Amino acid sequence: MELLLGFMVLAIPALLSWPLGRYMAYVLDNNTRSGMNPGKITGPIGGEITKKPQNWKEYSWSMMLVNILMFAVVTIILAFQQGLPLNPDGKTALEASLIFNTVSSFVTNTNLQHYSGEVFMSYFSQLFGLMWLQFISAATGIACLAALARGLAGKTMMGNFFRDFTNATLLILLPLSLILAIILMAGGVPMTFEGAAVAKTLEGATQTIARGPVAAMVAIKQLGTNGGGYFGPNSAHPFENPSAFTNIVECMAIIIIPMASVWMFGFITGRKKDAAVIFSVMMVLLVIKVLIAMNLEHAPSAAFAGLPVTSGPNLEGKELRFGQGAGALWAAVTTATSNGSVNCMHDSLNPLTGLIPLAGMWLNVVFGGVGVGLINMFIFIIVGVFICGMMVGRTPEYFAKKVETHEMKLALLALLVHPLLILGGTALFASTPWGASTVLNSGAHGFTEIMYEFTSAAANNGSGFEGLGDNTVSWNIATGIVMLVGRYVPIILPLAIAGSLAAKKTVPETSGTLKTDTVLFASIILGSVVFIGALLFLPVAVLGPVADHLSSVMH
Amino acid sequence: MNDTITTNGTSAKITRRHTRTASIFEKKLVLKASARALGSLDPRAMVKNPVMFVTEAGALLTTLVTISDNFSGRGNFTYNLSVTLVLWLTVLFSNFAEALAEARGKAQADSLKNVRKKTSARKILDGKEIMTSSDELRENDVVIVSAGENIPGDGEVIKGAAMIDESAITGESAPVLREAGSDQAGVVGGTRVLSDTILVKITASSGNSFLDRMIALVEGAVRQKTPNELALTVTLSGLTLAFLLVTGSLWPIGKYFNIDIPVPTLVALLVCLIPTTIGALLSAIGLAGMNRALSANVLAKSGKAVELAGDVDTLLLDKTGTITIGNRQANCYRPLPGITTEHLAAIAMQASAGDGTPEGKSIVKLGEQLLGTTAPEETADTVIPFTAQSRLSGVDRQDGTSLRKGAPDAIRNFIIRQGGIVPEELQLLVEEVAKKGMTPIIVAEGNEALGVVGLADILKPGIFERFTRLRAMGLRIVMVTGDNPLTAAAIAREAGVDDYIAEARPEDKLGYIRKEQQKGRLVAMMGDGTNDAPALAQADIGVAMNSGTQAAKEAGNMVDLDSDPTKLVEVIEIGKQLLMTRGALTTFSIANDISKYFAIIPAMFILALPGLNILNIMHLSTPQSAILSALIFNAVIIPALIPIAIKGVKYRPFGADVILRKNLLVYGVGGILMPFAGIKLIDMVLALTGLF
Repeated sequence: MELLLGFMVLAIPALLSWPLGRYMAYVLDNNTRSGMNPGKITGPIGGEITKKPQNWKEYSWSMMLVNILMFAVVTIILAFQQGLPLNPDGKTALEASLIFNTVSSFVTNTNLQHYSGEVFMSYFSQLFGLMWLQFISAATGIACLAALARGLAGKTMMGNFFRDFTNATLLILLPLSLILAIILMAGGVPMTFEGAAVAKTLEGATQTIARGPVAAMVAIKQLGTNGGGYFGPNSAHPFENPSAFTNIVECMAIIIIPMASVWMFGFITGRKKDAAVIFSVMMVLLVIKVLIAMNLEHAPSAAFAGLPVTSGPNLEGKELRFGQGAGALWAAVTTATSNGSVNCMHDSLNPLTGLIPLAGMWLNVVFGGVGVGLINMFIFIIVGVFICGMMVGRTPEYFAKKVETHEMKLALLALLVHPLLILGGTALFASTPWGASTVLNSGAHGFTEIMYEFTSAAANNGSGFEGLGDNTVSWNIATGIVMLVGRYVPIILPLAIAGSLAAKKTVPETSGTLKTDTVLFASIILGSVVFIGALLFLPVAVLGPVADHLSSVMH
Repeated sequence: MNDTITTNGTSAKITRRHTRTASIFEKKLVLKASARALGSLDPRAMVKNPVMFVTEAGALLTTLVTISDNFSGRGNFTYNLSVTLVLWLTVLFSNFAEALAEARGKAQADSLKNVRKKTSARKILDGKEIMTSSDELRENDVVIVSAGENIPGDGEVIKGAAMIDESAITGESAPVLREAGSDQAGVVGGTRVLSDTILVKITASSGNSFLDRMIALVEGAVRQKTPNELALTVTLSGLTLAFLLVTGSLWPIGKYFNIDIPVPTLVALLVCLIPTTIGALLSAIGLAGMNRALSANVLAKSGKAVELAGDVDTLLLDKTGTITIGNRQANCYRPLPGITTEHLAAIAMQASAGDGTPEGKSIVKLGEQLLGTTAPEETADTVIPFTAQSRLSGVDRQDGTSLRKGAPDAIRNFIIRQGGIVPEELQLLVEEVAKKGMTPIIVAEGNEALGVVGLADILKPGIFERFTRLRAMGLRIVMVTGDNPLTAAAIAREAGVDDYIAEARPEDKLGYIRKEQQKGRLVAMMGDGTNDAPALAQADIGVAMNSGTQAAKEAGNMVDLDSDPTKLVEVIEIGKQLLMTRGALTTFSIANDISKYFAIIPAMFILALPGLNILNIMHLSTPQSAILSALIFNAVIIPALIPIAIKGVKYRPFGADVILRKNLLVYGVGGILMPFAGIKLIDMVLALTGLF
């Protein structure tokens, strides 16, 4: 039954991703079809600035410009929410470092939430600050992947950011969110602008039940690999995720656009077989993670080890409505992509299961964030191509372009950012009171709490391991910076690589060329992802979840 | 095709093989390299190799910690000292690998240098002969060299012709002809004139010749990193930084767990993880690549050229001497109706008087057999010599009749110019001969065509199989020939080449190269004549024959001492092997890290987290011995892999996928598994010592 659930949640989006990817390429790539082009609908928006072709530098600047602008606007909204409309419950201004953290978090597609939405945010802030950013950040990822694909297809002019961004928002994310929101509303998710409901309980007590425009926000939070829920408990909350039906739909919504992004890449580059190879590598990794997570959560909670109680599956921190299987499945999927929404407490997963979400975020390429997952994967591919490409006795080539010093410099830099943020941040916070005094558990488990927070921030995931008093100034600022660096550097550097490759002479492909659309190459991608990931994070994995597991077993 | 290239005998090849398989760890060279390894620990020199620089910095840090701990009584002195020693050993092994490759280059260069001993030279200055020494010679000096004397420097014959013994350079004992004004005018310093007297214009000042440049390259004196080497260095530096981060973060994280990780242990982990194996062997691999080129008697003007050879897509090969055995032989006389075979043969023999090529001679020989006479040695008629441009030869008789033989279109033009008519039957004869893969030569007497002589080509044995392998590697082989398109097509089919340029003139080669390059292909070619110079310069890899003219040698980026037209294939193989070796050892180096983690991580934290012993899957005896075993393995793998670095990984002429699969299996999967066994073995030995 559980396996069937897992199969369904992975297979249905995989099937749907193909037509969706085709549609995304159709919308973004103005060259794919002549005549009828849905991209033309948005043509009049923005005027001349959206028509000029941009090279990688101009494209990156435009991307940064839009993101900085949005950052500023939403900062103002959150800072002055008490004076803005749609605030029926009279929410007050937020603390400065929390605003910085929250805006960074939403603009970077992370949605690490150091606050509880229903407690701190007005309806206006939720809808026109946070929900709006969930569109912006997802559209940014899709646009940048389209640009990368165009660069790899050999074009030095990689499109126009403003246009891609507009098309991605209006023609991809908005219609999909609308459809999903309607399905969720049919499934019982509320969508209202009335203030919190006040109810009398059976015992006669008065209960204030927070509600609001939930369906709209949940839709984009799932689709855009955002994860920033309306309520603190995210999709474990009955209003965000009322039933088994909505649970399955939401889980599938997490992964559909990241999957479709791969096909979009294949259509834009004209290399569908390459896309299929990348897709299968991601799929294999995802299936492995899901199976391990579901299997490990089948084991009893570590807390019960040695106690004279009937042992069943680990139900600690689970929504009993969904069961441990759906929890583990969601945990694996939400961290493989950079979504970060949750339907169970990751802190309460069995220690080794906790390794699965961590590994997902360390690699951050198993479909990954909308658009950016594949951009991250590109870096692993380039490194794999370089090292293995030499072994065929030629200067390494990718998509008929030579990979040389300049590209490797940029690729290694991009590769280093992720471990630098995670390991550097964890080392700093674990050895200082900034982190050590905020953990609720001691030893390896506490260490994992700190490491998880930095991992989640650096991977722009946003899921929380929790068990951490993270709404402190130091956490807010540190993770805010980590999210910003971890977002933009790994987007801009690959664009620079693609720009550099595009400007090079095309090398004809012969039987002496390393083929990038074969099973052999799939194993190279798989190898470089697993190897690099393992070499970078094995020590902290051992000190965190593995040690945690061993110490609970030793008891 | 005017071709007098001496196809190389086996002796040169044997010398080459010999140098290649010569023992890697020859005692004399090892001693020399060891001394140099000790002398090159200067950090300013090490900084060029970031991986080993970090290793040296780590060794230095550990040394200081060992000393201070010894005084303060902290730590385990034996363990600290052992780690320190192994770290220094790692650095020394790396220096040793480079020094050994250099020493091998030097040894090889010395054998060539011996050829260029100082000799006396007779310089011509203002018409007078003055005695000087060979190392006083400057570019453009003219010297006179007679039989029995050594040529004092690299140059070009400007007057006369001589037989020259080049065995000191090529290992080939048969003397070769070098003649002024021909495409075989190049001479090399140190070779010996056997007959006649020639005037030689010196083309490179002493110490500045191709050979001198190559010697500097193999000795590592003017080493510059090649593009791929640079890219790999960047990659390795990036990985080193990543591992610095991984180990560097462990120290503060240790604090969280209240573990004080000793500095030597951290450094040991760092050095085990960073790609020291490839870092240590990288320059040796590059030097060995140059050295292999030199062993093949190829002088490369830069390391970049050798590396680039591996990327070649299109190979322009001259048919004669490369695809077919040296020279074509006259095989049949086909007269036009109304002409007797005897008459055709007699005229053909006379017209060949001006053609000293083997083809010309074979026409005479076949005629002699047919007529039972011998051709007269001297003739009073005006001889029209064969040139690559006119593509015909003949004599102008004193009575005014011109006898000609040559390529069909050249003779047709000649007949028309003379006011004659080309009979239609002639075309049929030409095609009939050509379709058999023979080269038709038309013979004309005055303005009348007499018939056709067929020259037969003989393919080199095994050439088809060789081309099949080259094509599997993705190379496009293009045959260049002066033959007409029909003959060319027949031979091309037989030899299995992808394309051919028929009736090729030098400018056709240039045009073809440009066309290929526009498609993004990298082109390699070999040439000798001044006519070839533009094409040699245009080609990405241009190999000039040593016998060729100075212009050709200046234009190319390599010079082949053997003047062997099949050398291109070897050059490409050397380039490919160079890259493969780098890729394979990099993969191996990184794959090794998995086992080292399993050795070191449990050892590091076992005191604080005893449960981690589960990860000690190799069952290493003690934490200290585990760390030391990994570190020792990491160090000794460097000298153990020197033979692969120097000889190159096994080269197989297959398609990319096959090569990659095999290399991944050996160096990737092997690289993961092998160190588990190695580390365990070292641990068992350490356990026997009882020290750890």
